[in-house]
Amino acid sequence: MSEQSPLPKPPHPYPGKLITVEGIDGSGKSTQLLLLHKWLESKGHRVFFTEWNSSELVKDTTKRGKKNKSLTPTTFSLLHATDFASRLYHEILPPLKAGMIVLADRYMYTAFARDVVRGVSPEWIRKLYSFAITPDMAFYFKVPIEVAISRLLGGTRGQFKFYEAGMDMNLSPDVTESFRIFQSRILAQYEKIVDEYQLITMDATKEIEAQQNDMRRLVGEALKDYKPRRGTHGRRTVFWRRFDEPKSE
Amino acid sequence: MVDARYFGDGLTNLNPSDLKGKLIAIEGTDGVGRSTHIEMLQEWLEVQGYGVLTTGWTRSNLMSKTIEMAKEGNILDRWSFSLLYATDFADRLEHEVIPALRSGFIVLADRYIYTALARDYVRSGNRQWVRDVFGFALVPDLVCYLRIDIETLVLRVIETKGMNFWESGMDLRLGSDLYDSFKKYQSLLIEEFDKMAEEFHFEVIDARKSPDEIQDALRSKIQPLLTTPLRSPELPSDRTIQPA
Repeated sequence: MSEQSPLPKPPHPYPGKLITVEGIDGSGKSTQLLLLHKWLESKGHRVFFTEWNSSELVKDTTKRGKKNKSLTPTTFSLLHATDFASRLYHEILPPLKAGMIVLADRYMYTAFARDVVRGVSPEWIRKLYSFAITPDMAFYFKVPIEVAISRLLGGTRGQFKFYEAGMDMNLSPDVTESFRIFQSRILAQYEKIVDEYQLITMDATKEIEAQQNDMRRLVGEALKDYKPRRGTHGRRTVFWRRFDEPKSE
Repeated sequence: MVDARYFGDGLTNLNPSDLKGKLIAIEGTDGVGRSTHIEMLQEWLEVQGYGVLTTGWTRSNLMSKTIEMAKEGNILDRWSFSLLYATDFADRLEHEVIPALRSGFIVLADRYIYTALARDYVRSGNRQWVRDVFGFALVPDLVCYLRIDIETLVLRVIETKGMNFWESGMDLRLGSDLYDSFKKYQSLLIEEFDKMAEEFHFEVIDARKSPDEIQDALRSKIQPLLTTPLRSPELPSDRTIQPA
């Protein structure tokens, strides 16, 4: 209702579909996206998966910067934006143009939440990503901080990573406490972003299969009008037209 | 930098008016002689007793390797191209330039954000996004623009180091070969630099003149900045020399 926020960007013009997931570490978003991936492929769709901070160009640099702890909020932000730009151009746009379904584990909203907590300007970070296209569906997996902590500590990882716990911010010498403070602030940012960008909120405290059922139902509805590009479809049309054959149903 | 400020959305944790040094940017297209003149300026300033830090485009600890790799692979899109430069710039700004300015150094920047603005504009035809990206950059105290015309530049580059892929903007496919491409690309850059010279009030220096004349012109532009009370050469005991 508020006229303060800028108009949402128009949907992208490509025949493919872009589905993204967001949430703090331990929200279970990657598990849900993996299960969605399996389902879409089992339905015969062509699916392309892309992940935050994974481009060859930037990954090693981020790793190096993290290792010698020389990253500032600004360079941290810019590196992630570079990674995103590179993946948008090389990984996201081509499959969308080819009519495929692209699944993205984290999208620009991660930067809007996390980088702002680290101290960069909320306006600046939004301008930085203004070249991004709007996803067809953007899920947000909402989870209370304690649930995320117990999942991460009890799960396969067993401990928090330095930056994931926001240890660069000197919030607390205790890693778990630092994680709690840092990720709680991120949760607060996500709450704003959900409204600003109309993300689809999922209850990430539910059982895995219950969440997945919800997700598949929503995606299934959204894909009702989606026509996957099949290899010979376009050529056949031209063929009929050329020989003035009546179009078969 | 008494009236220091940012171009756009600044660094949230830093007030630029705390910086007492001077930030001087030397801009100009490829092969115009920037680095030679910066070396001479540094010598000139240090002889007078000023602390000098020079900082060069793509020379940050964090990014120099990454940018080299990216250029070798020829895998750059317009956004990554500018964002890589912005990351390099931010790393140098926060780890080199700002600490030096805080300690009262004169910082000589071999190229500044205007190089990135020109290169992005030539590739995209849009000025706004890249300016937003570099919003965190400090506005320099002085920008000296070494201006050259394309015909003179072409001769000079051929006589010295030759034309390379990126300086010819070969990613833009502007011409049929290196020579044509270099000429078109550098002409577009010069055109954009000329526009920015007015908009951002560069001191324009004719780079077709002899090296001595150019150096004299640069010094005469820089000299007035050095007479501020904080850096008064008559009071050397007021200055603590900081280790670089």
